[in-house]
Amino acid sequence: MCPEHIIDLMHEYLDEEIDQENERILREHIQSCKECEAIFNELKKTVAFVKSISNMQAPADFTANVLARLPKEKKKVWIGRWLRNHPMLAAASLFLILMVGSLFSTWNQDREFSVSKQKNLVVKNNTVIVPKGEVVKGDVIVRNGTLKIEGEVQGDVTVINGEKYLASAGHVTGQIDEVNEVFDWIWYHMKRTVQETIEIFDHSETE
Amino acid sequence: MEAIVKKRIKQVIKGDQDAFGEIVEIYKNSVYQLCFRMLGNKHEAEDVAQEAFIRAYVNIKSFNQDLKFSTWLFRIATNLCIDRMRKKKPDYYLDAEVAGTEGLTMYSQIPSNTPLPEKELESLELQETVQKEILKLPEKYRSAIVLKYVEELSLNEISEILDLPLGTVKTRIHRGREALRQQLRYV
Repeated sequence: MCPEHIIDLMHEYLDEEIDQENERILREHIQSCKECEAIFNELKKTVAFVKSISNMQAPADFTANVLARLPKEKKKVWIGRWLRNHPMLAAASLFLILMVGSLFSTWNQDREFSVSKQKNLVVKNNTVIVPKGEVVKGDVIVRNGTLKIEGEVQGDVTVINGEKYLASAGHVTGQIDEVNEVFDWIWYHMKRTVQETIEIFDHSETE
Repeated sequence: MEAIVKKRIKQVIKGDQDAFGEIVEIYKNSVYQLCFRMLGNKHEAEDVAQEAFIRAYVNIKSFNQDLKFSTWLFRIATNLCIDRMRKKKPDYYLDAEVAGTEGLTMYSQIPSNTPLPEKELESLELQETVQKEILKLPEKYRSAIVLKYVEELSLNEISEILDLPLGTVKTRIHRGREALRQQLRYV
């Protein structure tokens, strides 16, 4: 039977932890002991065998299967990645969302009634009346209200975000303009949307 | 490699599953291999390996990012394999075909005193023989041997994965090697 400490040295050797002195002792012993030499060679062969089986590949659909079994990911992340992967669609849909949203909300805010100051204009609630037989001098601007012209206006008439009624007897010497600010709003929001989209992409790239 | 993995882990913590997919791609072969060598059954190995990745994903926030990710992942996988081995023990039937092999029943898993026949020298059969002998090792030697020789990890890493003192790991590897030598000496 081989000495226990020599067997230990063999394992130290196989663990690559043997020092030079012990390695010399081991080698000298092995040269003089046939039995130990056999064990040492068998151990080395065993290690070589075990190492030789190491190259297995996971099944092809392994990763997909793992991902399919994961708990649902957070919406925020999903949206973030979707935006990164489909920038055009993302910009378009973002634009639409903001457009619709802003048209219904922001457009409805900021609706204060105002009218240019001419002394013979009659104001009733949100309706401005140019009374019959009266002559209003200068430009008339009505914001967020209705303008009824029954008399005469010597100047331009501008109705912003409202309606105007021109009675058959009414008369305007200058130009009549109806500005419904929708297009200004659209332009404003287009600029804002593009800006926000760019910010989102800048943000996700720096992550 | 570790740098890429660290970056991906940060993304995974934010909840990005695609980033986790990349981590799975990097480690899938070694984790699958570890499970297969421990369990000896392809179907079970895949199941446990997948489970290991899912656990890693779910618990990613508890991973200490200063450590090596692979050590943590292998620890999860090894523990799952050991759990599975303990659970399935009562299910062993000697005449049941050994999964992942063809026509091998549990009868052939019983060590024989007669030397193995010479034809087993052929490479594929040799691989099966070695795998068979690894599976015969008690679980504590098996995990150490597989991590050392199949995964080619350092003794320090194995000690971390198994959560055992270095000395214990060495003893287990020595005993495992000795047991394998007894079985494989005539191959």
